[in-house]
Amino acid sequence: MSRKNTPALPQRRRFLQVLAGTAGALIVGVRYAEAGDAPVPPAMLGDTLYGLGAYVRIDADGNVLIGARDPDTGTGVATALPRILADELDADWARVSVVPLGLGVENGNGEPRWIYGHQVGGTGSSIPAAWHDLRQAGALARWLLMQAAARRLGVPADRLRTQGGAVISPDGRRFDYGSLAEAASKVAPPTAPVPVKTPDRYTLIGQPAGDVDARAIVTGQAQFAIDNYFGDALVAVLVHCPWVDGTLADKDFHEAEAVKGVVKIVELKPEPGLLPGETPLAPSVAVLAEDTWSALQARAKLKLEWKPGPSGSESSAALEQQANDLVNPREATAKGAAAKDAAARDNTPTMRVRNDGDVDGMAKKAARRVDATYVQPWLAHATAEPMNCLARVDKDRAVLVAPTQAPQRAWSVVQRLTGFKPDQIEIRVPRVGGGYGRRLDHDFVAEAVMLAKLADRPVRLLWTREEDLAHDFYRPASVHRLSATLDRKRQIVTWDQRMASASALARRGTPEQRLWTSEVDVNQLPAGLVPNYRSDWYALQSALPRGPHRGMPHVSNAFAVESFVDEIANALKEDPLVTRLRLLGEAREVPLQGGGSFDTGRLINVLKLVADRIEWRNWLRTVNGLGMACWHMDGAYVAHAIETSLQGEKLNIERVVCAVDVGRVINPLGLEGQIAGATLDALSAALNLAITFKDGQPQQRSYKDYPLASMAQLPDAVDVIIVPGDRDPAAASFLAMPTAAPALANAVFRVSAVRVRRLPLMKGLLRLL
Amino acid sequence: MAQAQALASNPTSSITPEKVRDGIEVEINGRPFRHTGDPDMPLLWYLRDVLRLTGTKYASDHGLGGADLVLVDKKPVSAASVPMHELADKKVTTVEGLAAADGKLHPLQQAFVDEDAIGCGYCTPGWLIASLDLLNRHPQPSDDQIDQLPNLCRCGCQTRVRRAIKRASAAMAGGHA
Repeated sequence: MSRKNTPALPQRRRFLQVLAGTAGALIVGVRYAEAGDAPVPPAMLGDTLYGLGAYVRIDADGNVLIGARDPDTGTGVATALPRILADELDADWARVSVVPLGLGVENGNGEPRWIYGHQVGGTGSSIPAAWHDLRQAGALARWLLMQAAARRLGVPADRLRTQGGAVISPDGRRFDYGSLAEAASKVAPPTAPVPVKTPDRYTLIGQPAGDVDARAIVTGQAQFAIDNYFGDALVAVLVHCPWVDGTLADKDFHEAEAVKGVVKIVELKPEPGLLPGETPLAPSVAVLAEDTWSALQARAKLKLEWKPGPSGSESSAALEQQANDLVNPREATAKGAAAKDAAARDNTPTMRVRNDGDVDGMAKKAARRVDATYVQPWLAHATAEPMNCLARVDKDRAVLVAPTQAPQRAWSVVQRLTGFKPDQIEIRVPRVGGGYGRRLDHDFVAEAVMLAKLADRPVRLLWTREEDLAHDFYRPASVHRLSATLDRKRQIVTWDQRMASASALARRGTPEQRLWTSEVDVNQLPAGLVPNYRSDWYALQSALPRGPHRGMPHVSNAFAVESFVDEIANALKEDPLVTRLRLLGEAREVPLQGGGSFDTGRLINVLKLVADRIEWRNWLRTVNGLGMACWHMDGAYVAHAIETSLQGEKLNIERVVCAVDVGRVINPLGLEGQIAGATLDALSAALNLAITFKDGQPQQRSYKDYPLASMAQLPDAVDVIIVPGDRDPAAASFLAMPTAAPALANAVFRVSAVRVRRLPLMKGLLRLL
Repeated sequence: MAQAQALASNPTSSITPEKVRDGIEVEINGRPFRHTGDPDMPLLWYLRDVLRLTGTKYASDHGLGGADLVLVDKKPVSAASVPMHELADKKVTTVEGLAAADGKLHPLQQAFVDEDAIGCGYCTPGWLIASLDLLNRHPQPSDDQIDQLPNLCRCGCQTRVRRAIKRASAAMAGGHA
């Protein structure tokens, strides 16, 4: 297995153009006629595909090239997706190469037609989508090869089988796919869908495979967008206005212009009337220079005076106070919980997300109640590869190399700024240095295209780390107030969740009544398990820039909910595992609002698996602290158990166990990496990270202020348990995000008696110890 | 810088008559180079913009995070922080210089592949350089010694990197290098 990373650029371009020019075609050897020229019935392709697209090429020498359509932001889809196709094709993985496809678009009467169907990375949707259409692509290629072999041998195709890149005749002779490629390319496509394999015949699905780019990465040959150069491209570095709604009041470019290598200094502004992510995030001044060092020196010599807009008066502290007032009125605090309830009811929620049973009525009759408020901070994306984009805009053609999670969205930004026809825009998407939702927005692509047009030369846009941290679409902060009441049998009778946040969807064209959807999940735990359950969301108004963030809205909600379950257990003086198992009850399907159900049995299973592995039976006896948390989302189930110790003020994460049930596992090694990685990412954020705003400006500008966890802070290992399953694969890339932080906070409580209700954890812990 | 880039993009300019060419002699991955541009240019931009050795990554301006680490005379150095004039007559090793000339991976690189110790892969070159330095100093590093690595990773590759370092340590001790 190798990744086609080495061929010189012109070769790859030619290859990709060939692919892009053959929509609706299965390529079985580009040197031959294309089998898919005959119309392929759309029914067999799934409704997201306009044609089969060009995912696979089989050469006469038997080598197989598979296109990876979704950007790989470190999620492993460039490995997993081709393996799904290769398995269905019965290809020999050792002879498969993978090439990133870039954007697949053709001109449909002026409208874009996406020839590869789904092209989004880092949102968990890649494998579920591929499961439905890429298997079909592989099955069709295999079917064509078998038809070709049947004709050659004069035996019916159903007497043939395939294995390891060859068709095998009834008498055991092997016919390499390469020797059948030309004939297969002339076989008329089937008129009905080709059946896909039964699971007992999988050869690659479920087997571990290393990253297809591993060799290129460890030798420094892997090319990210930032590593691309068009010969004479200018380097552009920016200084953004500290406020998205601010303006440039005064400027002096003279010293900067005098720096050798500087070509031009220009102003950029967000275009009015557009959504964030389609146009620059904030006004900026851009230095265009012959090389990066010249550009950076000139940037440091810019004299700029910015004037704040309305957001210049905002602060995270004031927003938090507003949030608190909404969910937890201050004036009532002294008067006890009942008064609190009454006062909070006076604040009408922006959205009653869910209301099962009669929370207020039943709460009055309760034997006991538990209340807690959780505060979580703003977060940045801090992708390893900062925002950058290489853009060439010629008279009738734009070529971009862009680190995007959503090339189709990037296309629409380029199209608007150039007015080009759909197929006059080429977007190459090499491996992406982290996404986490930041690259679903294309403000930086807009900047690169604007600058390339202004300069009339190709431009390599580079955001410095400072710009990257200070000009993000942040994960909004939130305040949760949770109240539960219990009856005499210690059953949770009512659950009342109030959450306040500034929706990440606000000002993004989402209707007002849907703004809550980025903040809270209608089906999150313990919805469906507690007879009287209410979830209210209160909107905060803010002009601070916000956007999608990994695992949203589950990360913040799971921290509040799963910490709170632990608090309930503590109030009951009960083992939190027992409390959780009592809450989950019998193994059964619990209906979800909006359709479908979740399986408490699968959740109980992952919970018990982590409990066994971490030796939960010792939870009271051990001097260390044990904590756990579980969650379900989108048909996947996860539980964490964490063991911590405390030496003075030094918190050690001794052991971490995570069990996941995602249904069918495509690549267990890749899944293990995703689960371990997301666990560490979530721990890093929970331990250390917060963005704070003062005068509308983020106070964190470097890794010093925004300290991703060091190796020493993180656990030495993450013990990942993967539950085998045969359901369609569910999203996994951020599955381990939600439960890591509450499991940690719960473990910290056991070891220190300090209940951390405010993240980041280390700050609160050191204050409270 | 301008001269150096002209050289890189237009070979014919190298025969343009010039005054005696001053410059900074530096050896990179075993090959001699002469930097004739701004002596204050950080090594990172010389590697990337001039030599197009793009394995060493930009991640922050002052080298925080470690994606820009290289070895200078066998010591780890932030390429974003060290100016070219400090590198006269030094030997620089970048991630591109770790494998053998015949393409055989260094045991540490092989261990990263075998342990799949890769997230998005952007910071991986920096981890390799820092880990190599660690193994040079401590062929059998303890967990505490591994904990001292300065690198950051947003994808959470740290537990797999730890395994890779131990695997490489065992392979190098066993003479499989």
